[in-house]
Amino acid sequence: MNQVSMVTVNNKNNANVQPEGEARLRMENVNLYYGEFHAVKDISLDISSSSITAIIGPSGCGKSSLLRLFNRMNDLIPSARIEGLVEFDGVDIYQPGIDVVELRKRVGMVFQKPNPFPMSIYDNVCFGPRRHGIRNKRALDDIVEKSLIQAALWDEVKDKLDQSGLSISGGQQQRLCIARVLAVEPEVILMDEPCSALDPIATLKIEDLMRTLSASYTIVIVTHNMQQAARVSDMTAFLMVGDDRAGMLVEYGQTSEIFTNPKNKKTEDYITGRFG
Amino acid sequence: MFPFDRSNGAASGSLLSARPRWGEKIIEKVIFANGMLAIIVLLGVLFILLRQGIPALVETPIHKFLFGTAWYPVSDPPTFGILPFFVATMWVTVVSTVLAVPIGVGAAIFLAEIAPRKVADAVKPIVELLSGFPSVVMGFIGLVLLSPWIQNTLGLNTGLTGITAGIMLAMMSLPIIVSVSEDALRAVPEDFRQAAYGLGSTRWEVIWHVCVPSALSGISAAVMLGVGRAIGETMTVLMVAGGALALPELPVDPMMPMTAAIASGIGNAVQGGPQYHALFAIGLILFLLTLFVNLIAARVLERQKRKFTAG
Amino acid sequence: MEIKNIKSRYLTQRVAIVILAVSALLVIIPVIGIIIYMIANGYSSLNWEFLTASPAQAGKAGGILPAILGTVYLMLGTILFALPVGIMAGVYLSEYTRANWLTRLINMAIINLAGVPSIVFGLFGLAVFVLGLNLGMSLLAASLTLAAQALAMTITTSREAIIAVPKEYREGSLAIGVSKWQTIRHIVLPQASPGILTGAILAMSRAAGETAPIIVVGAAFLVGGLPVSPFDRFMALPYHLYTVSAHIPGMPGEIKWGVALVLIAMVLFFNMLAGIVRIKARKR
Ligand SMILES: Nc1ncnc2c1ncn2[C@@H]1O[C@H](COP(=O)(O)OP(=O)(O)OP(=O)(O)O)[C@@H](O)[C@H]1O
Ligand SMILES: [Mg+2]
Repeated sequence: MNQVSMVTVNNKNNANVQPEGEARLRMENVNLYYGEFHAVKDISLDISSSSITAIIGPSGCGKSSLLRLFNRMNDLIPSARIEGLVEFDGVDIYQPGIDVVELRKRVGMVFQKPNPFPMSIYDNVCFGPRRHGIRNKRALDDIVEKSLIQAALWDEVKDKLDQSGLSISGGQQQRLCIARVLAVEPEVILMDEPCSALDPIATLKIEDLMRTLSASYTIVIVTHNMQQAARVSDMTAFLMVGDDRAGMLVEYGQTSEIFTNPKNKKTEDYITGRFG
Repeated sequence: MFPFDRSNGAASGSLLSARPRWGEKIIEKVIFANGMLAIIVLLGVLFILLRQGIPALVETPIHKFLFGTAWYPVSDPPTFGILPFFVATMWVTVVSTVLAVPIGVGAAIFLAEIAPRKVADAVKPIVELLSGFPSVVMGFIGLVLLSPWIQNTLGLNTGLTGITAGIMLAMMSLPIIVSVSEDALRAVPEDFRQAAYGLGSTRWEVIWHVCVPSALSGISAAVMLGVGRAIGETMTVLMVAGGALALPELPVDPMMPMTAAIASGIGNAVQGGPQYHALFAIGLILFLLTLFVNLIAARVLERQKRKFTAG
Repeated sequence: MEIKNIKSRYLTQRVAIVILAVSALLVIIPVIGIIIYMIANGYSSLNWEFLTASPAQAGKAGGILPAILGTVYLMLGTILFALPVGIMAGVYLSEYTRANWLTRLINMAIINLAGVPSIVFGLFGLAVFVLGLNLGMSLLAASLTLAAQALAMTITTSREAIIAVPKEYREGSLAIGVSKWQTIRHIVLPQASPGILTGAILAMSRAAGETAPIIVVGAAFLVGGLPVSPFDRFMALPYHLYTVSAHIPGMPGEIKWGVALVLIAMVLFFNMLAGIVRIKARKR
């Protein structure tokens, strides 16, 4: 397990956490606006290597918005505007001259709704590597097999790789999407409520998978499901909207701490189900 | 960690030493250029019409050009007065609109409000079929079927008249009038209707006092589009309007609308000669006329769209 | 609403509905009538010779093969020029631009381009392609002219088809470090292709029936032999119909109806094809 710093809670404003180890991803006083609307307010947090960080909070508090800041998916929204510093391996990823395509290759993303491409399972997994220039059939076969094994899907689909990615079950589709991300060898995987469209058994499968993957990947997961955060994550960030409807970081720390001994009254209320 | 190769080098490249992706940059430039194409072509058309049409308006003062009633392109000196053509265009457009609007809007109301869905769905392809009829075919039908009938019924010397052309044009503008009006009616929110029914209105009263007024701007856009179509239509009027050069007094006269004047004159016009330029000047007037009508229609449609969505 | 005589209110309603139903009938009956009439009259002239022979006796006998071929070439030429640029413009409008004054201007231009009378495109083609580029009265000049006219349609249908591709697909691709253009090329365009194809087929069908522009840029009534080069003068079905029905006295009726039937069959065939593609695509 990684070294994790103690939580310092700034009651006046936001929690501000500095893990002792080097941070893979770092945010410093980040604000995000959609037009006039202030969606993410003054958030600072560090995410260390080879860990699972869960982002929890009530609906609409800005979890997805926060997550999408790490691979600049918010660039796709015309009205989005960002202030503050977001770093990946010490590089400011919003500075001019950043190769966003390269960034997203290293910081991949899995979405809430499984979104396999309307093509075969094989082509789904190969899609990234092919676009990145791998043409050799043997190499592609290897990538497909390894990614599907890593995504714990190989045994279920190895006999039907040429079937459509849309023909398999929702849970399998989501693992296919994870395999699709793994195939381009990212370093960080962002997951936005990856299990919310799945049944409990499929959910457990994905959670197991995340634990396995956390040995070699840095994973950030947004979830609505408190038990899930408690089960899989090392660190937990709790977000909530303030009076101005902007999402802010209430508390950030080791998952065990947050769930057993929250520092903030609001966190406690949320975790014990008193609101949210 | 990964047994398979990272050798294509990209994976470990720095975020900052971005490879320039030249291919992608060039493609984006090409795409941008093509994005501008609609503007370029539209301006190109305008430019050509101005450039080839203005000399005619220098030769013949514009008021004489617009209001002159004589078109003698080959006399010496030639005379270019397009009032007969303009009036002809107006006549056929008026006849077409007077016929097509009540029928088209009536049909749209029937399809959107009264007919069962199945009937409406069955009628739709037939209306679409009509919109696919080439105008030369409509001209042909007008020539061989309608004009003899008009001639006999009205006891005229010829069946090739403004009325004949107007009737064919009405048929050709029906599809657009029906479909745009129908869409406008279907966009009226169900609660409007429910509220009126709640007040004890009959179905017809709901339609007439609630639905039609709410959809009015969409319906008027449909009418404008129909008018635009009638003004710009060429083959039908060329074939059945009669082609007479005299100033038409009544719709039952043979006449030559502006589009037909261009189509029938351009083959004989000496390239770069006075008639050539005069025909381009007619084209310019047509262009501006239809531009005006279409702009209004687009405006009205835009407003109609916003009415039930943004509010 | 006052409770006036209920009976008279319902009477009004009945009368109104009858009137509306009659207007609907007035829309569809002529269409069906024309089709039936055309088949009844043109059917007899549809024979192998008519479709595969060249005209004889100044068009009063023989077949119409050169006109059919000319129209086919025109359709292909039109789409060859109008489709690629239409797709790229559609890509620009849906993927590369945001709602701003320029986009509004472009959309305005497209709407107005669609409304420009076809004869005006003919003048444009005459001045630019026939005379300006010195292509002469040729298949090529006519194709380019019709392509300029078809542009509004290919752009609009491409744009709509591309916009309809769910954004989840784009996100899924971008999120694994695939570039924007590659995402468009490998995800968006394949997904949009049925819609784009529908528009292309409709544009071709319209080009097949277009007459006024090709009168101006030089369709010919009779040409010796079949067109072989894009610089040849050409015959075309709609122009042929125009000439045989309006300009040649003593033209046998079955020739006129035959030409009309072949033309309308071609146009409607392509319209139907577009409909089928659209339905197939929706089912997916
Ligand atoms: N594209 C956008 N444009 C404008 N506002 C947006 C946009 N996306 C999100 N928002 C707003 O920003 C706020 C945060 O949204 P976000 O999707 O990040 O919340 P979330 O915590 O992920 O919610 P959920 O749990 O429901 O997914 C919400 O109020 C939302 O309405
Ligand atoms: Mg969310």
